[in-house]
Amino acid sequence: MLLIRCPYCEQDLPELEFAYAGEAHIARPQDPSQLTDEEWRDFLFIRSNPRGVHFERWRHVNGCARFFNAARETVSDRFLCTYKAGEARRDISALTGGAE
Amino acid sequence: MTSYRLANRGRVDHRKPVRFTFDGKRYQGLAGDTLASALLANGVHLMGRSFKYHRPRGVVSAGSDEPNALMGTSRGLGRFEPNTRATIQELRDGLEATSQNRWPSLAFDVGSINDRMGSLFSAGFYYKTFMWPRAFWDRVYEPVIRNAAGLGISPTEPDADRYASRFAHTDVLVIGAGPAGLAAALAASRSGASVMLVDETAEPGGSLLSEPSVTIEGKLAWDWLSATLAELAALPNVTIMTRTTAIGYYHQNLVGLAQRLTDHLATPPADAPRERMWKVRAGQVVLAQGALEKPLAFDGNDRPGVMLAGAAQTYLHRYGVKVGDRPAIVTTHDSAWFAAFDLAEAGAKPAVIVDIRASVDPVLTVRARSVGIEVLLGHSVTGTSGRLRVKSLRVSRLEKGGAGTARKIACDSVLMCGGWTPSLHLFSHTKGSLTWDIELKAFLPGKKTEAVHIAGAGRGLWGIAAVLDDGANAGTEAARAAGRNVTAQSYAVTVDRTGSGVTVKELPTDRDPAAAKAFIDFQNDVTAKDIRLAVREGMRSIEHVKRYTTNGMATDQGKMSNINGLMIAADALGKQPPQVGLTTFRPPYTPTTFGTFAGYHQDATFEATRKTPIDPWAQAHGAAFEPVALWRRAWYFPKAGEDMHAAVARECRAARSSVGIFDASTLGKIEVVGPDAVTFMERMYTNPWAKLGVGRCRYGLLLGEDGFIRDDGVIGRLAQDRFHVTTTTGGAARVLNMMEDYLQTEWPDLKVWLTSTTEQWAVIALQGPNARKLIEPFVEGLDISEAAFPHMSAATCTVAGFRARLFRVSFTGELGFEINVPARHGRALWEKLWQAGQSYGITPYGTETMHVLRAEKGYIIVGQDTDGTLTPDDAGLNWAIGKAKPDFVGKRSLSRPDMVARGRKQLVGLLTDDPKVVLQEGAQIVADPNEPKPMTMLGHVTSSYWSEALGRSIAMAVVADGRARDGETLHIPMPDRTITARVVKSTVFYDPEGTRLSA
Repeated sequence: MLLIRCPYCEQDLPELEFAYAGEAHIARPQDPSQLTDEEWRDFLFIRSNPRGVHFERWRHVNGCARFFNAARETVSDRFLCTYKAGEARRDISALTGGAE
Repeated sequence: MTSYRLANRGRVDHRKPVRFTFDGKRYQGLAGDTLASALLANGVHLMGRSFKYHRPRGVVSAGSDEPNALMGTSRGLGRFEPNTRATIQELRDGLEATSQNRWPSLAFDVGSINDRMGSLFSAGFYYKTFMWPRAFWDRVYEPVIRNAAGLGISPTEPDADRYASRFAHTDVLVIGAGPAGLAAALAASRSGASVMLVDETAEPGGSLLSEPSVTIEGKLAWDWLSATLAELAALPNVTIMTRTTAIGYYHQNLVGLAQRLTDHLATPPADAPRERMWKVRAGQVVLAQGALEKPLAFDGNDRPGVMLAGAAQTYLHRYGVKVGDRPAIVTTHDSAWFAAFDLAEAGAKPAVIVDIRASVDPVLTVRARSVGIEVLLGHSVTGTSGRLRVKSLRVSRLEKGGAGTARKIACDSVLMCGGWTPSLHLFSHTKGSLTWDIELKAFLPGKKTEAVHIAGAGRGLWGIAAVLDDGANAGTEAARAAGRNVTAQSYAVTVDRTGSGVTVKELPTDRDPAAAKAFIDFQNDVTAKDIRLAVREGMRSIEHVKRYTTNGMATDQGKMSNINGLMIAADALGKQPPQVGLTTFRPPYTPTTFGTFAGYHQDATFEATRKTPIDPWAQAHGAAFEPVALWRRAWYFPKAGEDMHAAVARECRAARSSVGIFDASTLGKIEVVGPDAVTFMERMYTNPWAKLGVGRCRYGLLLGEDGFIRDDGVIGRLAQDRFHVTTTTGGAARVLNMMEDYLQTEWPDLKVWLTSTTEQWAVIALQGPNARKLIEPFVEGLDISEAAFPHMSAATCTVAGFRARLFRVSFTGELGFEINVPARHGRALWEKLWQAGQSYGITPYGTETMHVLRAEKGYIIVGQDTDGTLTPDDAGLNWAIGKAKPDFVGKRSLSRPDMVARGRKQLVGLLTDDPKVVLQEGAQIVADPNEPKPMTMLGHVTSSYWSEALGRSIAMAVVADGRARDGETLHIPMPDRTITARVVKSTVFYDPEGTRLSA
């Protein structure tokens, strides 16, 4: 069971309090009707699924109930950082010391 | 007192005899014994049969790595456990143990015929044998394999015991209370850090319990141990837990501990849990798990009486049991020499020490000879004899290219030692890397991934002094890492038994190695020959060798067999062991009961049961209940003599002819409030909301972004900025989550607040032509006449004196109301309506009747009539889409090519040709029942009931191009017959004009 830092509560809390919510930084298009079928398909279904740093959303569902973003290393299953929803994607090289 | 029990030796209580039975025979042991030590004290070595060959087996170890001495233990109905390790099970008065994997008896086992036919059962036997004919698989092979599979007998009764679980946090968790662990715990605790010290056995001390002659800080080992434990016990920041196995090491220093609480007690307290699972989050972990002794691989190394030398030493010192009068020692490591010396000193007459090494420390040989033990250096063991107990050892001098002429040496036990393997299972759970140490021929801890310190024999150190100092260092480091200050202590140790050894593959033999039964994995009967065969047959990876031979797949999970198997596989492959690699260690470290994992999640506390405020009334009125999500809902209310069918038919008639009362409190409810509430609703739901007037309701349809139906429910607008949203019973949390997701992350600019109010409102539905007459007298502050409060109205008012939200809605097709009152008043309102309704023959109905009534009207249930692949058009709900809306969740997906393609499954009605036949929900539908299998399946029945109102069966189904098949006859093949049914485009079977809604 992981310890996850809620950027709103500013505490490291057990995974039991959280729910995973898919890949982060995939914004819903402003006007979906303007998208081609292929673009809309990509928005709906195509995800990066990397071996390495993954930006993903979590929800502190059994706590403050806020959605937030996290960078997690999928090989080691370690969180590199968490940050509030709406904030810019973190710089990977800064998180991994340029190892990525 | 038997001849094998040594008076005044061991940590057992010689004044406290304990009675137990093994295979029905009565025995006596002592308090402090394990089942294994007590049997050994009675001269019993034969404790089990092996898995494949049914060979007679004795106990090999004195710990949790035991592969052979597995037994069934029982303390009555629901309290039988198979595969209990006799080496771990503490003796208790009245313990009943039975041997396993034998018939009719342990000494005479018919299954041992497999041993004679051993050549047929080589590695990969299953893969090679049960191949063809294909038809034999179901009827012959699988039953035969299943019958032969498994050790022991799986209990069939429910587990009568209770189990518990706890969370804990500590600065330092020390795993293993041997010398390294004790020194680590002392160092860490003296710093003031909180320390948990756990050990899997009944008593802390580890190897000190088997080495009483060593002195530490001027004290004999056991005196030092008592003093140390007393010091630790006196510290408020230290918790010591015995009978507690660290079974798994997870991320961020979370360690699972399985604590055995009552298995050692003759009469456990009635309310005591049997085991407790601890989930410990530790700042720092010290692994002081020691090392596991390796057996040696030689022909006949599995006869009862052959055991690990270190185990014999433990039985001697810890339990006061001599494992034999005339032991023979076979070793590649100095440690076994001390076992011989200790046994000689205790009165046994060791026959011989056979050491594969050509030379050892002369101190050892001199001492051996001085006590009359023959020493054979540079010798190999090439066989043993004895059926139910080893009788002799066959020994050959090692010569160039093999073993020389053999000689037979009589003995009654064989103590073997192939060196020691650092126990790094838990370290490996963390994905810490292992490094092959060329000198030690062992894997040692490499790169760490957690805040962990490995101390003592677990990192290849040998001897009490080295291990104590290393433990103290680890404890100090851990305390410092936890922000405490402490200086490491160095221990003065005398009479230490340091030593070294070599690691070998199977012992050389002068005979045909292919005929040798040199066991590597005792329980699974994997021999050295099997591993070589696996390599010869093309297995290159150690993972493949493992699966092909089953080496290391027994209940000891390779604790004894891993390294020996690896050495032989590496030799056969012509590679170095690290190139071949180890198989993966996975939790749990030792077999753990399901009960421990389940903890409190058993029976009534398996999961939460949600009950409505009206639930007690339903219970008192004889309701049958059904689970819906976590809710317990009244299913139907049978009267005396009624079955479900009769009760449901009566309830349906009542609702259609007068008035029914229904507890709808489980309905999901979300309060959507704020200046942007209407904008939010417009974006979330398919329907238009902007023009919905205050005090009006609308059916709302919620899609996922993929365009498929997610949820539905009636939504009332109570104010310009306030919506009372209802969801399906099971979907409430999901819908709220989805709404929050969009609100927080896509439209954070919207001023909207979402609140779950499911449990705040009790909801009572009154349905039927007399519904208005019944509640009218109770309603204050609101005109509920047809004209003033028509179908799909909503208002706040007072009902029977309770503040209420009143909805004029119907899920039955009848004139209906749903009254929401604060949950605490639900029961009282229900009782009042119940009283007043007597004159109308008011009838309570349950979820089954609700389902029938709604199906008669063709109202769908999301999750029953839809399955996550239905669009609004598929479900015939296009009318619920706000066509003029530029966007809503899922809108764009509705025009994707696959969503508008022909051949989609559409929801339609099905009427069976025989009106008495009620279709089975889930049944598949085909066009041509004579088509050869596999038939083309057009869809399936989603809802099917007997309609009391129509006097016939009705069904809904999803059928490919269903609406275009209006009037077509389709077929529903069942095991005993094929049912024919006619497709009807409309799912509204009853009152299609909807006149009854406004009666």
